[in-house]
Amino acid sequence: MNTPSTNTTKPATGIRALLKTAFVNALIALVLFSLMVGIRTEAGSDGQLTYWTRFGEVASLVAAVFGGSIVIELLRQWIGSTGAEKLVPAAVQSGMSFVGRYLAPALLIFTLLVPVIFYDQRYILDLAILVLTYVMLGWGLNVVVGLAGLLDLGYVAFYAVGAYSYALLATNFGWSFWVCLPLAGILAAFWGVLLGFPVLRLRGDYLAIVTLAFGEIIRLVIINWQDLTGGPNGVSSIPRPSFFGIPLDNSDNGFAARLGIEYSPTHRIVFLFYLILALALLTNWVTIRLRRLPIGRAWEALREDEVACRALGINTTTTKLTAFATGAMFGGFAGAFFATRQGFISPESFTFQESALVLAIVVLGGMGSQLGVALAALAMIGGFELFRSLETYRMLVFGMAMVLIMIWRPRGLIGHRAPTVYLTKAQAISSDLVKEGHG
Amino acid sequence: MSGDKILDVDRLTMRFGGIVAVQDLSFAAERKKITALIGPNGAGKTTVFNCITGFYKPSGGAIRLTHDDGKVIALERLNDFRIAKQAKVARTFQNIRLFPGMTALENLMVAQHNALMRASGFTFLGLVGAPVYREAEKHAIDLATDWLKRVNLLDRADDAAGNFAYGDQRRLEIARAMCTEPALLCLDEPAAGLNARESAALSELLLSIRNELGTSILLIEHDMSVVMEISDQIVVMDHGVKIAEGSPREVRNDPKVIAAYLGTDEEEAAAVMESGS
Repeated sequence: MNTPSTNTTKPATGIRALLKTAFVNALIALVLFSLMVGIRTEAGSDGQLTYWTRFGEVASLVAAVFGGSIVIELLRQWIGSTGAEKLVPAAVQSGMSFVGRYLAPALLIFTLLVPVIFYDQRYILDLAILVLTYVMLGWGLNVVVGLAGLLDLGYVAFYAVGAYSYALLATNFGWSFWVCLPLAGILAAFWGVLLGFPVLRLRGDYLAIVTLAFGEIIRLVIINWQDLTGGPNGVSSIPRPSFFGIPLDNSDNGFAARLGIEYSPTHRIVFLFYLILALALLTNWVTIRLRRLPIGRAWEALREDEVACRALGINTTTTKLTAFATGAMFGGFAGAFFATRQGFISPESFTFQESALVLAIVVLGGMGSQLGVALAALAMIGGFELFRSLETYRMLVFGMAMVLIMIWRPRGLIGHRAPTVYLTKAQAISSDLVKEGHG
Repeated sequence: MSGDKILDVDRLTMRFGGIVAVQDLSFAAERKKITALIGPNGAGKTTVFNCITGFYKPSGGAIRLTHDDGKVIALERLNDFRIAKQAKVARTFQNIRLFPGMTALENLMVAQHNALMRASGFTFLGLVGAPVYREAEKHAIDLATDWLKRVNLLDRADDAAGNFAYGDQRRLEIARAMCTEPALLCLDEPAAGLNARESAALSELLLSIRNELGTSILLIEHDMSVVMEISDQIVVMDHGVKIAEGSPREVRNDPKVIAAYLGTDEEEAAAVMESGS
């Protein structure tokens, strides 16, 4: 499926060039697949090597590549090179800007109504809660990666700190969720600062590796500190959240009994849904607010040019630390929510894969864009569920979808940047100018 | 040359391994004056700048800055951002370092970070929208607007700095440095890459900064037309040492300077120096 003729200066046109590209691609596919697919080897019944050929499959694959190349080349000629003006007709463009303006409010209203629309579909409610958890994590990490430009591969560590803080405080001391929630955030932020102090002098790849290691260290400490964390067995029977003191259960003084309505386990799910929605919106509100304050502008300036920041008298160390701590705090909140929703946590929930997933959401969404991150979380988590019927091919389809999106939108779904202050008119800043940060 | 010194560089030495980039350099910059540091490429001018602005820690010597209120600050003991924050020394860079993805106005707002941080109660007051902070932000926008007007970029306030033409970027960088309200403004080749008209506008801008605001300026420059026109005093360096110092007229006629600039061909050197007059 690779198209080697990406000659943007002089695009090849005409049926001849089209067929030539397709033929070259088909040839490459033939070379690759003739051995990989064409010959199948297996250990026979006595351990001897048996093999047979599958030329039919090879032929269909090569034909698919040939056809696919033609389609892609035609699409490329229709869309034009990136940056070309003729991209989309004016009508579609104005339609898209209309959608762009009302997408965020429409999404918010729809999200608020999800428990009403899907009240008796437990599966969708659970999925929505999961998506919102990742939206919140994405927004939290966005502060670190998207705004401050610090590549953090160990974000799950703060998620774990938050989850274990709530789990341990609630099970050992019986403290309520609403007391533990801020504590979980504060503890996660504290760990963020603790990690930040030694590593923030590092930049780029080195910072990424150290944060990756930090994520693993936290996980290994949790596994091995058996007295406190229960090790691999995790922490179970974590108290469920209460509606500000009123338990959401079947008891006489429970939520349903007090309101005089029939008890349903869905009440708790709906409550959890609105809880994570509120937490996510809090994250969003604080981030948007911080961006317009000097600290947020300093984060973005740091991403743009650290040396210039120092020349302007900005303390780059504390600025980075605040970004780390803020991101970690939101991760901690999300962790506490995760613990109370699951009722059981173990180190298995906090692997590197989680960090990578959250980072992928931020990158896919467009670093720094709140709406982009939300859409990416919906696409990644929701889309992943959508392909469940494909079973083992799920990852393949998913990977291909991601590659396609990154080709189509290399700077994420929403790549442009909105200015934080303006004199006459706020105009979006093209992603070509916005730096990605270097550490 | 005795006067009110704002910057006093005393026997400054900077070594990189075995290489001595600057050796025993002593000079002073006077308050409310423009001091130029010139010399051939590789003379060590930018190294001196980096020592003064805290990007390098000098191997030896002292750099003293005297504020208007008489407070003396030893710059060689401060480092990094503290020189800009506490000693109020602002600088620009030889290869422009703006925040390209931020608008011109945002660039100037970032420059006022420390004042705004204090006003926002280190973010907490600002987060709840306290009137104190709103007032301070309005004041900061006014200052930024004023500077955009001075550098003639007001109509482009909401454009991304990365989209600006080269000359506009140079002026915006100076405006950004001035928004930190510095005592000493250090400019590293502000006229590099500018055409004759832009250079003239730059000279005018620098003179207005000196005359109207009384900010002391230290600049490195190769464009002799700018240097000769606006400098009150010139320090000439070559191979890490000072070879001459004085008024533009004195320096222009100094045979050592001419020799350093253009080898020993004095006739050619004199011609170049004349062109700058």
